[in-house]
Amino acid sequence: MGFFLETLFGGLMAGMLYSLIALGFVLIFKASGVFNFAQGAIVLFAALAMARFAEWIPKGLGLDSKLLGNLLAFVGAMLVMIAVAWLIERLVLSKLVNQEGITLLMATLGIAYFLDGFGQTLFGSDIYKIDVGLPKDPMFLFESVFQGGVLISKEDLYAAVIAAALVAGLSLFFQKTATGRALRAVADDHQAAQSIGIPLARIWVIVWSVAGFVALVAGIIWGSKLGVQFSLSLVALKALPVVILGGLTSVPGAIIGGLIIGVGEKLSEVYIGPKFGGGIEIWFAYVLALIFLLVRPQGLFGEKIIDRV
Amino acid sequence: MLYRENGQFKTTYRSDQQVFPILQDRVAIGLLLAFAIVFVPFAAPEYLFRAILIPFLILSLAALGLNILVGYCGQISLGTGAFMAVGAYAAYNFQVRIDGMPLIASLLLGGLCATVVGVLFGIPSLRIKGLYLAVATLAAQFFVDWAFLRIRWFTNNSSSGSVNVAGLQVFGIPIDTPVQKYLFCLAFVIVFAVLAKNLVRGHIGREWMAIRDMDVAAAVIGIRPVYAKLTAFAVSSFIVGVAGALWGFVHLGSWEPAAFSIDRSFQLLFMVIIGGLGSIMGSFFGAAFIIVLPILLDNLPYWFGIPIDTALASHLTFMIFGALIVFFLIVEPHGIARLWSTAKEKLRLWPFPH
Amino acid sequence: MTAIVTPASAPVRPELVEGPAAAAQAASTSSARTGLRRVGEVILEVRGISLRFGGVKALTDISFDVREHEVRAIIGPNGAGKSSMLNCINGVYTPQDGSITFRGKTFKHMNSRQVAEMGVARTFQNLALFKGMSVLDNIMTGRNLRMKSNLFQQAIRWGAAEREETRHREAVERIIDFLEIQAYRKTPVGRLPYGLQKRVDLGRALAMEPQVLLLDEPMAGMNVEEKQDMSRFILDVNDEYGTTIVLIEHDMSVVMDISDRVVVLDYGKKIGDGTPDEVRRNPDVISAYLGTSH
Repeated sequence: MGFFLETLFGGLMAGMLYSLIALGFVLIFKASGVFNFAQGAIVLFAALAMARFAEWIPKGLGLDSKLLGNLLAFVGAMLVMIAVAWLIERLVLSKLVNQEGITLLMATLGIAYFLDGFGQTLFGSDIYKIDVGLPKDPMFLFESVFQGGVLISKEDLYAAVIAAALVAGLSLFFQKTATGRALRAVADDHQAAQSIGIPLARIWVIVWSVAGFVALVAGIIWGSKLGVQFSLSLVALKALPVVILGGLTSVPGAIIGGLIIGVGEKLSEVYIGPKFGGGIEIWFAYVLALIFLLVRPQGLFGEKIIDRV
Repeated sequence: MLYRENGQFKTTYRSDQQVFPILQDRVAIGLLLAFAIVFVPFAAPEYLFRAILIPFLILSLAALGLNILVGYCGQISLGTGAFMAVGAYAAYNFQVRIDGMPLIASLLLGGLCATVVGVLFGIPSLRIKGLYLAVATLAAQFFVDWAFLRIRWFTNNSSSGSVNVAGLQVFGIPIDTPVQKYLFCLAFVIVFAVLAKNLVRGHIGREWMAIRDMDVAAAVIGIRPVYAKLTAFAVSSFIVGVAGALWGFVHLGSWEPAAFSIDRSFQLLFMVIIGGLGSIMGSFFGAAFIIVLPILLDNLPYWFGIPIDTALASHLTFMIFGALIVFFLIVEPHGIARLWSTAKEKLRLWPFPH
Repeated sequence: MTAIVTPASAPVRPELVEGPAAAAQAASTSSARTGLRRVGEVILEVRGISLRFGGVKALTDISFDVREHEVRAIIGPNGAGKSSMLNCINGVYTPQDGSITFRGKTFKHMNSRQVAEMGVARTFQNLALFKGMSVLDNIMTGRNLRMKSNLFQQAIRWGAAEREETRHREAVERIIDFLEIQAYRKTPVGRLPYGLQKRVDLGRALAMEPQVLLLDEPMAGMNVEEKQDMSRFILDVNDEYGTTIVLIEHDMSVVMDISDRVVVLDYGKKIGDGTPDEVRRNPDVISAYLGTSH
């Protein structure tokens, strides 16, 4: 039973990381209707920026304090992400206004490839470490109930708390602020939103910047745990099944979907995997998403789309 | 002045319906075929066959298959690599497990297996569209990746999923030297291109395009979306499966699942986008482009005397691909094929401006 | 089945048209050409149709009938539910209540393909043309139900598929002649001006050789000359081929001129049904369009 709980918690924590990436995805879809295949590449790019700035800035400025160095690196990385958001809007989105979904999807594929190559050209392609002071030691819970206790990583716990805070903040942002309303209007209908005076270009830059911020946070947490490396963008593809499960337009859905995928993956790998030779983690999330698509395409919390002719 | 349609009147619908109605086009295609079949085998260096021509032919075939699904029927698929893998491994099993199995039969049966898998994964497309379908086809890609790695039966109990074939021959003629391989692939490509072109200009092709353009109106005319989408998946997967079998048998000789990974799927999708969605010729343009570009990027710096290390070159390739995809989608969503036909239209008027 | 033949002056070639009844039909339309329209029995009837989208009631308890060979107009202010009504007949929407009877067979909801097979064709208000194809190809899609060659025959093309393609090309060319769009047959429809696109939409519906033709605002956005052309086409279709026409239209003069009977809808309810004169004098109709004076 203790082992089961450990696996469960491990799955929840992994799922939380997926959720963070999916969050950026949902934001962009909610506000610009774009299915952003490049989210993974954006996470990687942000993480690379953070990792390298955290190296270069203290060296360049001769700083001693790790905290200050990380803080400056964070600011620098954030500025870079805003620049990326602005460039994407100017060079790609504005030119593809009101094109079909497929066109936009393929454009984001192109952006993903570009950012992959560009990030590695700018920042290098080794594996980099991020150290923002997240405690790496493990914790043992429930020692009185189970022998030896249940092993949980403190780092993962911090990640969960940060993610929860992000979700709460974003939900409030969308529901309560004027900008949030404008974002929802744009997601509904670009042209209609334009015609009532919502500045489309600025909205999109804001959205992609916020998504960039979320990506940066996700990238820092992932990178702190695993090291920043190229495969991050491939892992980030897993965010797609997450949003399918949770619903493309739902922020809480991204969290719940991530948790389900994370737990499902771990549990199925441990308990079902060995019967099939193992390694079913690589497709479990996708097949689950496929089943969901057949049964409930709008996901757990998404909106049903009615086609009017 | 050269490319005039003047005087070329059609007196029957049949002649108006032919693939190349303009005489100059027919001459050009004839010359191209003659060049490809007769001249190239004698003139080209061996390196050219192995590195460029054979991959070009096989990947054009795969791109052709994918174009039918994505370009003509408007159904996105990110699992093309998986269907190629099914074709390759299925053909392998037929070839290895059945004594005296003719090579062409194995390849075609591999294609048929890919068809079955393709139709299976095409069924979700009946309820979901575009963006969601992309995720569903990703499921196919990763599942097949895993299946050929872990399920021992598929790979004749190889522990790493890698298999190899040797001693290919057709009716006693060996397919061994690069020239023989090239001609073998060329034959497949020509036959499939003709069959595919006939399909897309027939009524099934119009059904596919109707579903792509506006499926509600298509239903009102009496087109069954189910039949149209599944036939598109079936035909597309068959061609892609045969291409996959050719890739494994003829080009690689021995392969493992990684040869058909998601990168291959993206590569083929890029070929189809850049080459031209909904155009048979575009598949060839796209394949040529995607194959030649990395080689150019590798060698160009040396020609200019500026060496770049291979890692940087591969990053630059990624960047250029990505930028080109976005460029084409914005500027010319119908790809190189449209640029080509626009150029031909201008050529018709030349030297007059309009 | 209704025969597609060349305009009045050219000789009829029934052997090129599907079905043995075609030749008989072609002969009988000559009496129609003298100007006497033979309005026949009820061919299409809707009873108690109600349609809701969530909380929005698009149609409430609509019942009316359509007689064979007549021109039936559906009119009403914007948002009255006219297009929704056609969509129900076509199987695009499924009404929550009510039934539709076509030639004696009753259905609770229609399946688009069934409807097309029964000989009902339509045009769309927003021009649902296939933008990626040429005019010729668009109209050829209308022949789809009649093209029977299988995948293998089409792949080989030489032989059965080629002959079938040519045969249907001839039928489509006759429609292109009829609609006077010969010069544009190879042009992608997206490049044509709006009025010509409307003609292609009509052509595609005609290619189905329908018994009933549902026209959704065929003259929207046209100038006077274009409207005259379109009216002429619609009347020719009704005259020569005997096709029953159900027509949604806003232009009152057109409706009063060419229709035999009129149904009036307002806010999803039927408020008038009868000949153009009767409907014009109906006080409910007048107040729906002009508002009541207090």
